[in-house]
Amino acid sequence: MKACWFHLMPYPYLPDDFKQKYRSVWVDVPSTLYDPEKGHWVYNEYLDELEFADQVGFDGICVNEHHANAYGLMPSPNLMAAALARRTSQAALIVLGNSLALYNPPIRVAEEFAMLDVMSGGRLVAGFPVGSSMDTNFAYGQTPATLREKYQEAHDLILQAWTRPEPFAFNGKYTQLRYVNLWPRPLQKPHPPIWIPGGGSIETWDWVLERNYMYSYLSYFGFKHGRRVMQGFWEAADRKGVDRNPYRAGFLQLVAISDTDAKAEAEYAAHADYFYNRCLHVFEGFADAPGYRTQATLRRGFRPQVGARAMRIREGLTWKDFVEQGYIIGGSPATVRDRLKEVVREMNIGHLMVLCHFGNMPKERTLQNTELFAKYVLPELHTLWQEWEDHWWPQPLARRAQPGAAIEAKAERA
Amino acid sequence: MVQEQMVAVRDGMFNVKLRTAGSGDPLLYLHGAGGLRGWEPFLAELAKRFRVYAPAHPGFETSTGIEHLDDIIDLVVFYNDFLDTLGLASTHVVGHSLGGMLAAELAALSPHRVRKLVLVSAVGLWLDAHPVADFFAMTPEELARALWFNPDSEVARAMMALPEDEQAQLEAFLLRNQHLATAGKFLWPIPDKGLKKRIHRIKAPTLILWGQADGIVPPVYAQEFQRRIAGSQVVVMPHCGHLPMYEAPEAFVQLVSDFLSG
Repeated sequence: MKACWFHLMPYPYLPDDFKQKYRSVWVDVPSTLYDPEKGHWVYNEYLDELEFADQVGFDGICVNEHHANAYGLMPSPNLMAAALARRTSQAALIVLGNSLALYNPPIRVAEEFAMLDVMSGGRLVAGFPVGSSMDTNFAYGQTPATLREKYQEAHDLILQAWTRPEPFAFNGKYTQLRYVNLWPRPLQKPHPPIWIPGGGSIETWDWVLERNYMYSYLSYFGFKHGRRVMQGFWEAADRKGVDRNPYRAGFLQLVAISDTDAKAEAEYAAHADYFYNRCLHVFEGFADAPGYRTQATLRRGFRPQVGARAMRIREGLTWKDFVEQGYIIGGSPATVRDRLKEVVREMNIGHLMVLCHFGNMPKERTLQNTELFAKYVLPELHTLWQEWEDHWWPQPLARRAQPGAAIEAKAERA
Repeated sequence: MVQEQMVAVRDGMFNVKLRTAGSGDPLLYLHGAGGLRGWEPFLAELAKRFRVYAPAHPGFETSTGIEHLDDIIDLVVFYNDFLDTLGLASTHVVGHSLGGMLAAELAALSPHRVRKLVLVSAVGLWLDAHPVADFFAMTPEELARALWFNPDSEVARAMMALPEDEQAQLEAFLLRNQHLATAGKFLWPIPDKGLKKRIHRIKAPTLILWGQADGIVPPVYAQEFQRRIAGSQVVVMPHCGHLPMYEAPEAFVQLVSDFLSG
């Protein structure tokens, strides 16, 4: 199996009384709380951490897109991926992803992903999320009832742009282009692997399976809740007669490793609290705009992972609860390893995305967490699912350009 | 007695729930984003003097065809087809909130169809200094405060109450979600969709009604509509919020009837 290191890039300097004083970390959180000078150090440390994950052997590194919020400081994940393309050499660059309906025209996504794929020598995974209601409906003003239709149309345009050899006209409802002619074209053929991050929308399962994409369930409730969702996904696969190749699925998990189980609480509990009580403190009215989820999904009982209901569920949870209920897999390397293996086996997950950084975790702790994972957990995870082939993984060039090579060559000549 | 029927428009592309009652001059009532809860008492009162037509817009209640509509202009075209189906060449039009915006658009784009026009707490215009509330993002408590002059009144509490039964609660939630999702197609994210470019074409005599304590569309918009519709008159109703036809039904019916009959 593959393990990927995911950075949410939260703003780590929200005040202690944030939850009492402000109604939401998203949409109308005052931007006066953001200090760009601190932000300079934050971005650079976060990028260092992603680069470190590449160096210690994680299979992939992940970035994503959010707007008008302190939960994740990446309005443009492609900028982050571009920076990482030059400073990392092995890991897959997993952009999870670009919220397709927000790009005007969405051919921009086809172009930038092609650029990243070419720059990185074919290391790109192209993630196509719908985007949260906070991001799409409130921060970017998209009409909830037509968001998914607009997303689908953008998806069709991008796929055609990547695969049709001649210039063509695209007459869509949301985008009209007389000339679609992609320069540059992606390196991977027919196109980079496509991953669809989902928060639990039942229509997404069928759509992903029909197109043979990878479904990655990004849950903040941990594996106990995730189990139910992944069960729905695999049942949908059975109904369609699609195999249960675990690489069809990805899952996000918070991880906290210390020398011993007891030490984990002391080292990580405060950062978990920051994550759940500040980063996920979203005003109820922004959590799920009417029309964002289909009536069928709501009828099935899916509700947003943020907002009043989600907060009530998490209210008063202690470190012990977080660990026991599976929100966080924490403890000694052996504890984490055993639990993770059990979880990915049970949910049939081929791509694990781990949050070794969450909340306001400082860089030393993050690097420790990452290093322990790479040393004690990663080798064991790599032994799983060897009987299955991963059709959803990038196929980079065997021989790739070395960043800085031209400058070194000049210096040598001198 | 009120008659309830499904009306097929454009060979069934739309099937619209229509409530009709009364006799007299035709009166088309266009409801707001909350939809109708049935044959409302104020409609029953109006039906004593008019032939009242109260459709549920496509996407509301069991009315179908919303997937064929993308914006307010599409909805005006639909209502032209709907009136053709009913054989109504022209009618009085009373519209509330979203329905007020629709009524104003209909009167501007199809002036021959509208005899007299009543706009109640209408959306459709935008003043930077007085933003229309973002009712899509309000909690039920915030909504109650914005909608009502007196959120503790009997009528307010009855209308905001949730059913006791859990399944009925889910159904109520889903219906409200469906209605607001539909309204979003015409209003999201700011209910300013070009009426200001067309409103000057309204020729019908126009009455503008507003609740003094409207927390959704501030009463200053009554003046804004009046400024843009030649010869229109404004009545601001005391002790009313965004829903004067529920909070002061008698005064509302009186004002509307007198204006339409005069």
